[in-house]
Amino acid sequence: MIRVVLPAHLRTLCGCQGEVQLEVRGAVTVRAVLDALEDRFPMLRGTIREHVTQQRRPFLRFFACAEDLSQDSPDALLPEAVATGAEPLLIIGAIAGG
Amino acid sequence: MSGVRVLVGTRKGAFVLTSDGKREKWDVSGPHFAGWELFHVKGSPADPNRLYASQCSGWFGQMIQRSDDGGKTWAPVGNKFVYDGVPGTHQWYDGTAHPWEFKRVWHLEPSLTDPDTVYAGVEDAALFHSTDGGQNWEELSGLRKHGSGPKWQPGAGGMCLHTIILDPTNPERIFIAISAAGAFRSDDAGKTWQPINRGLKSEYIPDPEAEVGHCVHHITMHKSRPNVLFMQKHWDVMRTDNAGDLWTEVSGNLPTDFGFAIDVHAHEPETIYVVPIKSDSEHYPLDGKLQVYRSKTGGNEWEALTRGLPQSDCYVNVLRDAMAVDTLDSCGVYFGTTGGQVYASKDAGDNWTPIVRDLPAVLSVEVQTLG
Repeated sequence: MIRVVLPAHLRTLCGCQGEVQLEVRGAVTVRAVLDALEDRFPMLRGTIREHVTQQRRPFLRFFACAEDLSQDSPDALLPEAVATGAEPLLIIGAIAGG
Repeated sequence: MSGVRVLVGTRKGAFVLTSDGKREKWDVSGPHFAGWELFHVKGSPADPNRLYASQCSGWFGQMIQRSDDGGKTWAPVGNKFVYDGVPGTHQWYDGTAHPWEFKRVWHLEPSLTDPDTVYAGVEDAALFHSTDGGQNWEELSGLRKHGSGPKWQPGAGGMCLHTIILDPTNPERIFIAISAAGAFRSDDAGKTWQPINRGLKSEYIPDPEAEVGHCVHHITMHKSRPNVLFMQKHWDVMRTDNAGDLWTEVSGNLPTDFGFAIDVHAHEPETIYVVPIKSDSEHYPLDGKLQVYRSKTGGNEWEALTRGLPQSDCYVNVLRDAMAVDTLDSCGVYFGTTGGQVYASKDAGDNWTPIVRDLPAVLSVEVQTLG
């Protein structure tokens, strides 16, 4: 199972607590993980990536295994530790006041 | 037993304030969607338990929430707002061409007759509608594709479509307003549009009497007289008696005619309310005194309403969608401030009291009168 950590507001929006665990078939990429996430929680469509362009929203980043993967291709393979469930994929919102 | 439900959108969530018909004790529910900006919350005239809310965030974009039980519970519905065709460009602040980009929903206007039909005014300015309770949204693109679109430009708050008025006597007629393009009218249910800005004079644009480019802040109508509209422009309070074909200024003796909010009494169509704000660079009341001004003559002659409102050291703003009225026999008037107060008057503005006073900055106030 793939583990995903969502920002608090998105956890509230989809009514989940803690990590989300997803089954991803085929290559484990950011695109595949987000597809699986949005299939399970349709209300998250448009909140992490734009509806039409599928671009990551600018105030969000993707971290895993102490690396910033935000600028990688969404079709790049995620680290083996994410694919095996040893480490989570972190979806992080920009730190900001207000 | 009659009652009142006040729907408040704030910078950090939505609140639902309820009272019985006496309007003395208020129950405060919220924050709903804590931490998100709630630009607007509004109920369906056809089903008062059906509410729509615009929830947005700089991080996570736009959500639309719907309640079918008067705000006790909510569920997200569709949030896919995609412009029809190639969006093209409008003017940016510096006058260069800038592509249309969806940012947020400023205003939700439920149909007068069908709870599942709702209109959405968005930034960058466009009008969308849904006929399935908010699940799917379609742009009424005749507005954005009006030939003047490339000349539209954002006001300081963004290029927002913030006002939608449905004519209760003519389902084909819709009025909208955009900062800073101006007011537009459709007479064919939103397919085609014409600018209705004749009579407006805006000194801050190259041609003060241009067909488009005016920073209209808000428009209101009394349902008994759909051809009479009242407008708070950036500067100037205006009225039209012919559905926008010609506007005349009715600022009269207002101490300043800059402002955002404007509304009309529920039973007296010539009684209107504004909240004068000092200037466009000083978004607070004159002399630190929060005053609502009322005209019982449809403009020009205004009286200050101050009882119960702070008359010293008050530097809040009242935003364009943050004033509303109820329809009880003695008309209630409500407005919210950027300081988090919601003030109410149950005697048409003569006396005011804060019904809640420490909310996040208030973005919108709507009122439902419950039978």
